[in-house]
Amino acid sequence: MGVTKTRDMDLLTRKYRTTEKIVGPLLFVERALNVSIGEMVRIVLPEREEKKGQVIEVSEEHVVIQVLEETTGLSIHDVEICFTESVAKVNLTPDILGRRFDGIGRPIDGMPDIIPERRASITGYPINPVSRGEPSDFIQTGISAIDGLNTLVRGQKLPIFSASGLPAKEIAGQILRQSMVVGEGERFAIVFAGIGITFREASFFIEEFERGATLHLSVIFLNLAEDPAIERLLTPRFALTTAEYLAFEHGFHVLVILTDMTNYCEALREVATAREEIPGRRGYPGYMYTDLATIYERAGRIRGAKGSITQIPILTMPDDDITHPIPDLTGYITEGQIVLSRELHRKGVYPPIDVLPSLSRLMNLGIGDGKTREDHRELADQLYAFYAQGRDLRRVASIVGEEGLSEADRLLLRFADNFEMGYINQGDTTRNITESLDCGWDMLRRFPEDRFSRVRPEIMEKYYAGTNKP
Amino acid sequence: MSGIITKISGPTVVAKGMRKSGMYNLVYVGGMRLIGEVIRIEGDSATIQVYEDTYGLKMGEEIIDTGEQLCIELGPGLLSSIFDGIQRPLAEIAGEYKSFIPTGVALPSLNRSRRWHFTPTVNPGDAVEEGDIIGAIQETTSIIHRVMVPQGFRGIIKDIAETDLLIEDKVAILEDGRDIRLIQKWPVRRPRPFKKKITSHTPFITGQRIIDTLFPVASGGSVIIPGGFGTGKTVLEQTLAKFAKSDVIIYIGCGERGNEIAEVLTYFPELIDPYTGYLLMDRTVLVVNTSNMPVAAREASIYTGITIGEYYRDMGYNVAILADSISRWAEAMREISGRLEELPGEEGFPMYLASRLASFYERAGMIECTDDGNRRGSITICTAISPPGGDFSEPVTQSALRVTGAMWALDTNLARRRHFPAISWGRSFSLYQLDDWFRENVADDWPEMRRWLMSLLQKEEELQDIVQLIGPDALRDQDRIVVETGHLIRENLLQQSPYSPVDAFCPMGKQYSMLKIFSRFYEIALKELGEGRDTDEIFTMERKMILKDLKNMPGEKFPAVTEEIMNRL
Ligand SMILES: Nc1ncnc2c1ncn2[C@@H]1O[C@H](COP(=O)(O)OP(=O)(O)OP(=O)(O)O)[C@@H](O)[C@H]1O
Ligand SMILES: [Mg+2]
Repeated sequence: MGVTKTRDMDLLTRKYRTTEKIVGPLLFVERALNVSIGEMVRIVLPEREEKKGQVIEVSEEHVVIQVLEETTGLSIHDVEICFTESVAKVNLTPDILGRRFDGIGRPIDGMPDIIPERRASITGYPINPVSRGEPSDFIQTGISAIDGLNTLVRGQKLPIFSASGLPAKEIAGQILRQSMVVGEGERFAIVFAGIGITFREASFFIEEFERGATLHLSVIFLNLAEDPAIERLLTPRFALTTAEYLAFEHGFHVLVILTDMTNYCEALREVATAREEIPGRRGYPGYMYTDLATIYERAGRIRGAKGSITQIPILTMPDDDITHPIPDLTGYITEGQIVLSRELHRKGVYPPIDVLPSLSRLMNLGIGDGKTREDHRELADQLYAFYAQGRDLRRVASIVGEEGLSEADRLLLRFADNFEMGYINQGDTTRNITESLDCGWDMLRRFPEDRFSRVRPEIMEKYYAGTNKP
Repeated sequence: MSGIITKISGPTVVAKGMRKSGMYNLVYVGGMRLIGEVIRIEGDSATIQVYEDTYGLKMGEEIIDTGEQLCIELGPGLLSSIFDGIQRPLAEIAGEYKSFIPTGVALPSLNRSRRWHFTPTVNPGDAVEEGDIIGAIQETTSIIHRVMVPQGFRGIIKDIAETDLLIEDKVAILEDGRDIRLIQKWPVRRPRPFKKKITSHTPFITGQRIIDTLFPVASGGSVIIPGGFGTGKTVLEQTLAKFAKSDVIIYIGCGERGNEIAEVLTYFPELIDPYTGYLLMDRTVLVVNTSNMPVAAREASIYTGITIGEYYRDMGYNVAILADSISRWAEAMREISGRLEELPGEEGFPMYLASRLASFYERAGMIECTDDGNRRGSITICTAISPPGGDFSEPVTQSALRVTGAMWALDTNLARRRHFPAISWGRSFSLYQLDDWFRENVADDWPEMRRWLMSLLQKEEELQDIVQLIGPDALRDQDRIVVETGHLIRENLLQQSPYSPVDAFCPMGKQYSMLKIFSRFYEIALKELGEGRDTDEIFTMERKMILKDLKNMPGEKFPAVTEEIMNRL
């Protein structure tokens, strides 16, 4: 895969045989004129085999090209570099729905190339902050730990921080299925970018689309683990340019899944290392924050436009470490994070979401009276407060034993367990928002009224006493 | 004068034929006329940082040097505007170019067609010099724009306008024939001069209890707000923008999220300044260069913001600079320095990181605008810092700490348990000496009360450590009172919700009353303990409810109700 044969050559393209060195994924070409930043190049090998590359630096001495495919076997003597005079572009048309492409937009579903309505540069332009519309529509995922405590809203970018072996894709799958539920007159689409994932993971999602009968509503870009690593730098951009087109020109509510962003960051590091750049923290380039921002910020709503882009990036925390630059910089850009926990996973809790480090920053925009329910905010705050205290007490209890705790503290300790097993752990079921909220109150009723600190009396009156129970 | 591009690497471009160019000159890059700035000159070649995306730019394209430095426009119309990092008007760009910001946009920063009613305050024949006020314009409902004689001007007024003016119109003509216009230009990287810096003894009141009570900053001071992701830096900066007592607010969104700016733009226009009753936007300028906007313009945004701030300071206003986040600015600097292949210092930041940070924070201060000291203005700087991994030992936090007077340290653990504002009382500090002001303006025993609170919290923290080690049984009864009271204080005094209509803003009078009530309660608890009561009898549900309700009582009710509440306890 990734290697195509070409027959004739565009007479206009400028060709150079002046490659002077190859370092990792980079080619240094001398005396190339009139080259622009971001320009796509074709690297033609003997036998007319061909690879793609992209210009990342130009100077009088040389042009630096990042080769999007394996450079193994390339030799400086026999490669010919053809500049295409065009930056990387994606073909756009509403017919793109239902199609499947490789990591740089070439069809891999056996169907012919699409006939574009127009072509767009994959880097896009930044959304003018003034033109952004505020995300405000609640997306029901069916997962209490998300809906109840870390609510997702349309136009949000909410990553899943996973770790090896944890069920991130299952959770993403569930969010996918649920977010298709749209209001009347609304249209829904999925853009999926597989970035260095295994065939098994890719199949999981594709089956998921089939199962949900959403394959015809999805656009899939796949760069698999065995595909060229550098291509990964382009895959999310192909996906997001497509998403912007569907959302802001055709009014779709687009859900974008980017998985796995850790592989993206590794590719970024590989290029930086080959360029001998001064490394930042743990070897990742100093501009990784900015680079990731140009991906994650391509989510949201635009005032006056019908559609939206909701992003669910998935990443694997190396060594389960949330302070690792990949989750750290991601968390600094995205609007919260859903953090998976190995400990809960071991306990058999599904979904194993650790709600304490998890956060949805846009939650307040999507909840409350008229959206979810008036008690939502306070209920969530109170659950957090008790659970945090209960978790602290686990440490104390492990030292002094449960008997060493006061009755009040024992209550908190038991609450933490019940909360994990009863509220978080919902297995394969889905709960609607009312069920999630009511389940929260069921948990809270273990406490006498005077232990509550985050709930206003009128809300206590109505929900704690249970008068509002269905 | 023009040169030719010989190298392009990310946001930096090298060009030859630039021998006559000057440092920090503004240039147009390539056929797209991207905006750039000369940041290094070596012989015939110059390095330029480009304020727009260089994607698609070619070798051999032309560079046009304007011969001028990168300047911003100063004049009426700044307030309630929203600019990008190099002062391009984002609202106008949105009007002209739809929802995305293309490259090569050229629109004037300030509105050229709006008329301003100018009232002179000097007469022909008066002698004036730079910085003198020659007239006034009601710029917004809350702010009078004082028109000043620009730098380098001095002389006798020959003629002065008294009419509605466009921004480029002449307001005054001097005897020497030079004219003064409403609009002035100022190179962003150069601090605006002032007569004299003075020490300020007035606090920068924020309406946030933990800040005003425990870690107040002087008006004209500087404070850093470091915290890991999601600890509440942005919410705190926005809370300050709403409730801090300041004539003018400059909010700099430096390398952060687009949606956060959308939120500000959605909600701020309806909000009322709690001090003046006027619209909040009328005193606010937004400078916004989100994380996905070009990185060099992000670097400039901090200077653009503070220069606008200094301009209002010079008119005699108290200005707050709220920057979120200074780390993103430092990173932009690092990125450009890396492209220049400069010698890297710690964590790849350039060696001059500390000095650049220092000269930025130095632009805070209270100043005298005139020789007679009758006009004073100030700049208070509050910057968020985003330390990698939430670890404060990194270069930006550490360098900033050396030059600022206070730190409101945000704590990840507090944030995770939804204790907001997540300001750690153990790690935060303020070096400003403001006790006298509080004594005079709030209460005689304010400093004592403040010390009582601080020591109680410290004691509680120590006791909590003991509990964590050997369990709650180890506590003596007296300690238990400290722990219980500490808990109530954390929940009901330190925590404050920016979303609560009543509690979002807490006036000083209420802050003092609450402090008094809690300390009285502590005394009662100790007394009752001495009388042999046990803790359950002391910390009754009824009492807890009284303390919990304090937050939600309107500020105006205090101190009238204070005595009554104490009696109920
Ligand atoms: N004072 C507060 N009251 C209630 N909730 C708060 C408060 N401060 C922060 N939060 C909650 O924490 C979330 C994160 O806050 P915020 O966006 O200010 O963090 P941050 O420190 O700016 O993070 P980042 O560095 O990633 O930008 C908010 O969305 C909100 O849910
Ligand atoms: Mg923030």
